[in-house]
Amino acid sequence: MSKLVSLSEHPASPPKTELSKPAAKFAKRRAIRPYLILAPALLLTVGILIPFFSAIYLSFTDFTLRSSSYTLIGFDNYTSMFQNPDFWHSLTVTLEYAVICTTVEMLVGIGIALLLNEDNPLSRFLRIVLIFPLMIAPVIGTLIWKLMTNPSVGILAGPMRLIGLGDFKWGAAPDTAMFSLILVDAWVYTPFVIILVLAGLRSLPKSPYEAALIDGGSPWFVFRNLTLPMLAPVLLITLVFRLMLSLQEFSIIFALTEGGPGDTTMSLSLLAYNRGFPFYDVAEAIPIMLFLWAAVYLISFILIGFWRKAQARAAGVA
Amino acid sequence: MKIRFPKVIFIATSTAAIMLAAGFLRSARAEDNQFDWKQASGVKLVVMLNKHPYADAIIKKLPEFKELTGIDVEYTETPEENYFDKLTTALASKNGNPDVFMTGTYQLWDYATSGYMEPLDQYLNDPAMTNPGYDIKDFFQGVLNGGKWNLKPGSPVGTGQQWALALGFETNILAYNKKYFDEKGIQVPKTFDELYDLAKKLKGWNGPGSYGVAVRGTRNWATIHPGYMTTFSGAGAKDFEIKDGKLVSALDQPLPVEVTKKWAQLVKDGGPPAWANYTWYQCGADFGAGKAAMLYDADILGYFQNVPGASSQAGNIAYAPGPVWKEGDPVGANEWIWQIAINSSSKNKKAAWVFTQYFTGKEHGTWAAIDASVVDPPRKSIWENKDFQAVMAKMPGYLDTFNAIIGNTSIKFTPQPYFFESTTEWAATLQKIVLSGTDPKSAMTDLAKRITRNTSKLEISEPTKKTTSR
Repeated sequence: MSKLVSLSEHPASPPKTELSKPAAKFAKRRAIRPYLILAPALLLTVGILIPFFSAIYLSFTDFTLRSSSYTLIGFDNYTSMFQNPDFWHSLTVTLEYAVICTTVEMLVGIGIALLLNEDNPLSRFLRIVLIFPLMIAPVIGTLIWKLMTNPSVGILAGPMRLIGLGDFKWGAAPDTAMFSLILVDAWVYTPFVIILVLAGLRSLPKSPYEAALIDGGSPWFVFRNLTLPMLAPVLLITLVFRLMLSLQEFSIIFALTEGGPGDTTMSLSLLAYNRGFPFYDVAEAIPIMLFLWAAVYLISFILIGFWRKAQARAAGVA
Repeated sequence: MKIRFPKVIFIATSTAAIMLAAGFLRSARAEDNQFDWKQASGVKLVVMLNKHPYADAIIKKLPEFKELTGIDVEYTETPEENYFDKLTTALASKNGNPDVFMTGTYQLWDYATSGYMEPLDQYLNDPAMTNPGYDIKDFFQGVLNGGKWNLKPGSPVGTGQQWALALGFETNILAYNKKYFDEKGIQVPKTFDELYDLAKKLKGWNGPGSYGVAVRGTRNWATIHPGYMTTFSGAGAKDFEIKDGKLVSALDQPLPVEVTKKWAQLVKDGGPPAWANYTWYQCGADFGAGKAAMLYDADILGYFQNVPGASSQAGNIAYAPGPVWKEGDPVGANEWIWQIAINSSSKNKKAAWVFTQYFTGKEHGTWAAIDASVVDPPRKSIWENKDFQAVMAKMPGYLDTFNAIIGNTSIKFTPQPYFFESTTEWAATLQKIVLSGTDPKSAMTDLAKRITRNTSKLEISEPTKKTTSR
C-alpha cells in the first residue's frame, strides 16, 4: 500500500505512471487478497456469532414461541435452571452417557486399530467394512437398531430368545435403555476412532521399532514405551472429538428413547429441545444449551492443553 | 310478392323463446352459483402440509384448484416428526409465511392463543366470501367443535370462534384379528376388564413375541390421546378442574389414578414387550404382521392394515368400539382432527380462505374419501354417500363402529395452552408406573403438581356449555 501511495504522489514522470498503474493494481489486489481468502470464514464467524449473542440476550428474557413480545427478566432463567432437579438429573445422564461412550469407543477403537495395522488381505477388507456405520446418518443407524431390537418383529429377537434373553427390552426398559444407547453410539462412532488411530499408527516412524526389535523389546514394552507416547497426540485429539460430540449427542437418544423410559435417558440436549420446541419456552432452553456449551468448551480447552504437551513429548520421542 | 308471414313469425318467436330460455337458464345457474371462485385469481399462496394421505389428496387436486380459482399454490410437505416444530417457528416469525397450514386441535390451543390463527367466522358468515353450497352444518358437530374455542383455558371446545376446519379426523377404536377370533370362538371385549383378561390370555397367541393388544408408549404426548384417553374419559375421569379460580390438574384424583393403574396393568400383562418404544407406526406394523391380536388406537391405523396387500393380516381384520369402563357406560372416543387454518399474518387471506373452503368442501371431501383413502371424512353427507359406504363395507364393522361411537366422539381434553408439556409429562409418568413400578398414586400426584405449576398461572373462565350432539 505504501508503494501505491508513493507512486501516486509522484505523477510527474509519465512513463513511470504508465508502468505503475498495473503495478499499483497488482499491489492493491495483493493487499486485499488475505481478506478475500478469509471472507468465507469471516462470514461464517458472523453467522455463528449473531445467533450466539442473540441467544445470550434472549436467555435474559421471557421469550417463548407463543408470543413475539418479551421482557427482560434478568437471571431468572438461570436461577430456575439451577434450582430445577430435572436439570441436575439431565446433567448426570449427559456425563454418564459421554464418559461411558467415549471410554468404550476409545478402548475398542484403539484395540481394533492395532489389530488392523497389519498389511494382509483380511485387514484391508476389514478396514473398508468397519467404516460402513460412519457412512450413514446416526439417526438412520439408530432407527435400524430400533427395528432390529424390536422383541416382536426384530431380527435379534430370535437369537435373544435362544440364549434365554427373550425378555430383554433394549431401549424400552429403564435398566437397559442407557446400555442400548451406548451400544448404538459405539456402533456408529467406534469406526471414527479406528480411522484416526489407524492413520496415526501408520504415520509413526519405523526406526524406533527396528531399534526395539534389535534390543529384544517385548510387544507390551514396545506398545507402552513407543507406540503409546508417539500416538498420544492422535489419541488426545480423538478423545476431544468423541467427548465433545458425546456430550452434545441428540439424534441417537431422540430416535431411540426420546429421553425415556420416564426420564432415564433425558440428556441436556433433549431437555433443552423439549423446552424450546415442543413446549415453546425458548428462553428457558437457552441457558441449558449455554451451560452445555461452556462445559464442552472447558473440557476441550483442558484436553487441548494436554494434547499440546503430548505433541511436544512425542516430537522429542520421535 | 307473397309475404311469408307465418314462417317469419315462427322463426322470430322461436328465436325469442330460445333466447329467453337461455337467459332464464343462465340467470338460474348464476343464482345457484353466485360464488366467485376467481375472486383471488393471480395470487400465489404458500401452504404448509404434514406428510399424510389427507395432504396427498390436496396435492393431487391442486391443478383443478388452480383452474377453478386462478390461485397458484406453492406447498411444502414435512414428516410429522418435525412438522410442528417447523410450523411453530414459521408462525412465530409472523412474516405471513405460510398463508395456510395443516394443524390439529391440540396445536390450535397454542396457536390461536398466541394470535397466530385467523378467526374464520367473518369469512363463513359472508355470502360473498363463502360458496353457498359450503354447508357448514354438514360437518359432524364433534368435529366442527374441535376447531372452535373461546381461547379461555378451562373452557371446552365448541365455544367461541371457529379457528380451523376439518380435513379429516380419527376416532379411537378396537381393531382385532377377526380370523383368529372366529377360529377360536373369542368374543370381542366389551368392557375394559374383559379387554385386560383377553389381552393377558393372548400373550404368545401367534408364536414367540406375539401379544394381546398394541398400544402406544413413547415418551410423547401422542401416547396419551388414543386408547388411553378414550378409556380415561370413558370412565368419567377428568384431566382438569377449576379450584379457587385456577385451572388445576385433577390427575391425582382417585378415578384418574385407578384408570392409570389398570391401563398400566394392561400394558404390562398384555401390551407390546417394547411398549416404551411404540409409536402409532410400531403398533400398526405389529398388528398388520400378526404379532398383536388387537389394536387400540386410531381407527384409520387399523383400516390401512386391512387394505389388500398392505399387511400380512389384510382381510383378517375387523373393528369394534373401544371397551367401556364398566357395563352400561356409553361407547365413545377421544378424537384427533387434521384441520386447515389461516395464518393471521398472511397477506393473502382472501386466497387462503378460497383454498380452505375448497379443500374442506363437500366436493373435494367426497372425492378424497372415495378415491384417495381419506378416512375418516368429517362431513355427514360423505358417510351417507352410497359409493363411500360401498368402499367401507369391505372393512367388517367399520361403519357400524363409526355410527355407534360418533355421537359420543369429541375432544376429551380440557383445552389449555400447556397441552403438550402436560401430556408429555403424563406419558413419562405412565412409563415410570409401567416400567419402574412407581406407585400410581404418588406418580400421578407428582404429575398433577408439575402440571398445575404451569396451568395455575393461566387466566381462566368457568366452563361454558357446548353442543355435543352429532
